[in-house]
Amino acid sequence: MHNIYIYIFIMAAVTYLIRLLPLTFVRKKITNITIRSFLYYVPYVTLTVMTFPAIIDATQSVWSGIAALIAGILLAYIGASLFGVAVCSCLVVFLIELIL
Amino acid sequence: MIILKNNIKWYKKGLIDGIPIALGYFAVAFTLGIVAKKAGLTPLQALFAAGLTNASAGGYAGFTLIEQNASYLEMALTQLIVNARYILMAFALSQKLAPKTSTLHRSLVAFDVTDEIFGISIAVKGELNPFYNYVAMTISIPGWALGTYFGVVMGNILPSVVVNALNVGLYGMFIAILVPIAAKDKFITKLILISAAASLLFAKLPFISGLSEGLRIIILTVIISLGAAFLFPVKEDKIDA
Repeated sequence: MHNIYIYIFIMAAVTYLIRLLPLTFVRKKITNITIRSFLYYVPYVTLTVMTFPAIIDATQSVWSGIAALIAGILLAYIGASLFGVAVCSCLVVFLIELIL
Repeated sequence: MIILKNNIKWYKKGLIDGIPIALGYFAVAFTLGIVAKKAGLTPLQALFAAGLTNASAGGYAGFTLIEQNASYLEMALTQLIVNARYILMAFALSQKLAPKTSTLHRSLVAFDVTDEIFGISIAVKGELNPFYNYVAMTISIPGWALGTYFGVVMGNILPSVVVNALNVGLYGMFIAILVPIAAKDKFITKLILISAAASLLFAKLPFISGLSEGLRIIILTVIISLGAAFLFPVKEDKIDA
């Protein structure tokens, strides 16, 4: 039997080092245009692949997930805040799943 | 004084953007707590594990390994792979901070590089002020840790329709970050559509869909971003905007 606190320590240490090293060691502005472009594109790609199709699988029914996705896009398009979009997406799922 | 005033402004912004994250975390962490309970953690152990790691996929993977009584090496390697996308995010954030930002500030920001905190930090205009992260962290980390705690304590009391609804909140936030930028930039729109299509394929194809979600996210991010960087290098002024 392994020690639970050593497990937790390993989880915390590895996760922290992964985040710490790139932030502390690479502090100069990178000048290479390909690397800069890569890092410029990373957030958009990552956020997209994390959201889709996960949002559809996160709910009980595929339809409430799709509805939340569409509602979120429309609201964000007309300029709703982060908080507004997040709350409305939740409400859409809640209401649709109550009906279904 | 100007700097201090600036910090207060960033603190407020971090608070406004951090609240939906904290709420979303609480809900997601609740389900993480249920996994922790299954693995035999006490509520307090789960609270610390969650509050010290601040990683959803990493937490799930970690608790599952504890349940299986896996080796310490396996735990370390799994955490490395499942959380590897944070390496990319930390790189991008490092460029977003002013180059003169001290090691102390960088070390503190590093403590909570998560999908959500990264999403809001990278979306701020111009250089990132660490104080923005500090306030977002100080409300979202308790949200995450307490959600896990109550997940262990209360188990399955909350009706699933509520948990489901709350689950979507984080994705709603990602959408709110992506859409305004896509609306202004045709190329980013295309990049997002390509990424979404590829992500759907990866999630449904045999064999590839068997890979962990964290691993799929890294593979897709590296391939698509690298391809775009080679084919369509960004003009200097756009990156600094």
